[in-house]
Amino acid sequence: MTRPLLKVEDLRVTFHIRREGDMPWTKPRELHAVGGVNFELMPGETLGIVGESGCGKSTLARAIIQMVPASGKAVWEDGVDLLSLSPHQMLKYRSDIQMVFQDPLASLNPRMTVGQIISEPLVTHHPGLSKDEVKLRVKAMMDKVGLLPNQINRYPHEFSGGQCQRIGIARALIVEPKLLICDEPVSALDVSIQAQVINLLMKLQRELGLAMIFIAHDLSVVKHISDRVMVLYLGRTMEVATSGDLYSSPQHPYTQALLSAVPIPDPAAERAKHMIPLEGDLPSPLRPPSGCVFRTRCPRAEARCAADAPRLNPGDHQVACHFPGPLAETVKAMEEV
Amino acid sequence: MVLSAIDMGALAERLAMDEVKGRSPWTDARIRFMRNKAAVAGMFLLIIVSAFAFFGEMFAVSTYDYIDFSRSGDVLHLGRPSLASGNYFGLDDQGRDLFARTAQGTRISIIVGLVGASISVIVGTLYGAVSGYVGGRTDQIMMRIVDILLAIPFMFVIILLLVMFGRSLSMLFLGIGLLSWLSMARIVRGQTLTLKNREFIQAAQAAGVRGFTIILRHIVPNLLGIVAVYATLLVPEMILTESFISFLGLGVQAPLTSLGDLISQGAKNMRYGTIWQLLFPLAFFMVTMFAFFFVGDGLRDALDPKDR
Ligand SMILES: Nc1ncnc2c1ncn2[C@@H]1O[C@H](COP(=O)(O)OP(=O)(O)O)[C@@H](O)[C@H]1O
Ligand code: SF4
Ligand SMILES: [Mg+2]
Repeated sequence: MTRPLLKVEDLRVTFHIRREGDMPWTKPRELHAVGGVNFELMPGETLGIVGESGCGKSTLARAIIQMVPASGKAVWEDGVDLLSLSPHQMLKYRSDIQMVFQDPLASLNPRMTVGQIISEPLVTHHPGLSKDEVKLRVKAMMDKVGLLPNQINRYPHEFSGGQCQRIGIARALIVEPKLLICDEPVSALDVSIQAQVINLLMKLQRELGLAMIFIAHDLSVVKHISDRVMVLYLGRTMEVATSGDLYSSPQHPYTQALLSAVPIPDPAAERAKHMIPLEGDLPSPLRPPSGCVFRTRCPRAEARCAADAPRLNPGDHQVACHFPGPLAETVKAMEEV
Repeated sequence: MVLSAIDMGALAERLAMDEVKGRSPWTDARIRFMRNKAAVAGMFLLIIVSAFAFFGEMFAVSTYDYIDFSRSGDVLHLGRPSLASGNYFGLDDQGRDLFARTAQGTRISIIVGLVGASISVIVGTLYGAVSGYVGGRTDQIMMRIVDILLAIPFMFVIILLLVMFGRSLSMLFLGIGLLSWLSMARIVRGQTLTLKNREFIQAAQAAGVRGFTIILRHIVPNLLGIVAVYATLLVPEMILTESFISFLGLGVQAPLTSLGDLISQGAKNMRYGTIWQLLFPLAFFMVTMFAFFFVGDGLRDALDPKDR
């Protein structure tokens, strides 16, 4: 069996929040943005991560590349725990893990030309390359992501959102990473352009044999691109399964609710489908509910859910729920209430 | 990955295409600035005033320190501004050509303003950017130092310096330099804090770019708009400070002079009726002030990222 490229164990990120006007001696409040996440990522595999906005997806991604302090482990394929590395030791791994950001324009320095932007990781990790070599590689990469190489001297504000995201992708891929983390790469784009960018990512992944962590806040976006999907809620894993399993037979009430919000193109199927509304607001991560964090909005919640937190069952289709079951059971439970 | 010959040919062709020139944000700003009439007028005035300050003395009848003893006894009647005598701005109370003195005084004032502004741009920008970018305890300490320095009455310090080490230009520059960067550091730090969370900074961090390189490559260029605006507004402030010190009689040492010194002399002699001794330096002072304010204002509008 091949080794996983990345093995994340019990990853936790806790922010210490101080409010304006707090006295220096008051204890800061703890915000558990990520509360113990586990997953394995095989080389070339795509893991989709889905959850409402504010549930800790970006924080999880940033913890892996040491941009926020985290506890737990993130073991790279060579057996090294990335979270235990000093910033200097981490440098070596930064070219292996690259990131694509949510806001295409904001992720590009407005004062730099496209060429300077794309070449930055390259010259950082390979300072010995000649100017001509760098330029040639940048142009080849621009061509690969569907940008005209002769635009190399233009500035970000001269491009559309979709093109800006292609620039961001080119910048990430120029150092030939093994893992690409895409943090909601299409959320800020028009629907028509979303598909283009996703197709581009899928094409590049195939060509380059990349592993990918693809973050999105709705399930429809990750469906095509992911091999496996992990559903997060308040920084905890609710359900992990292969893309096919998760969409055809979701077991967790939260996943079912998310899925029921995805429109189906076929009008007849759309009408026949059961909606599981998500009532109420996302609880504050400063005061998460006891037991199962989803219980305040769960149609199937019972006394036990408040008492103890469900754990992920082992296996291929993992669910963290005391009463997992197919959609029909959730709908029945909902109607009984 | 195997590319067919046709693909390769097409790729080579695309790579060899002529590069398109980009329109940099600076070019846009320059175009916007040039459309602003008040700012362009201000800049034009500044050029004229500077030309006068640096080359005016060539056209004066005498040097700024030559005393015309034959007329110094009755400046009110013999030292009026006149084209015939060549004393276009008249004589000062000691019988020196005011045209030459105004040119020399304007030069000192402009240099004081520019030196103060340059120190604030270099020191203040780096200090503020480092403080804001590093953050945490370093930021706290660096900003408390600025607070403490700002709390010291700077006029008192400058006067103390001048009294202790004697009146000299370098002391004046030192005093003004010590003070000028403080508020710049604060402004830059505030801007850095907002810039720091922008995604392109995170992208550079994720790429492994070193902290100081990030400050120089990503933070400072994005601050330069604000820094430029603030620096142009700082020049008149520095000129005012120098004028005030000169007004107190602690500025540059005679026979050197500055606009503030000239105005102070002119104001003193007003009661003798030699009003031109006040009016000419005052006019140059005000024109310079307004010109800098207009230019600063124009820069602010031109570089304002809001309408981009
Ligand atoms: N630097 C930070 N300091 C404090 N709290 C943070 C910070 N970054 C994120 N958070 C909090 O952590 C939670 C998760 O945020 P985030 O990971 O950005 O969510 P998502 O990407 O899923 O929308 C939010 O409640 C957010 O307010
Ligand atoms: S554990 Fe209980 S509250 Fe949580 S999802 Fe399952 S049924 Fe709902
Ligand atoms: Mg996010």
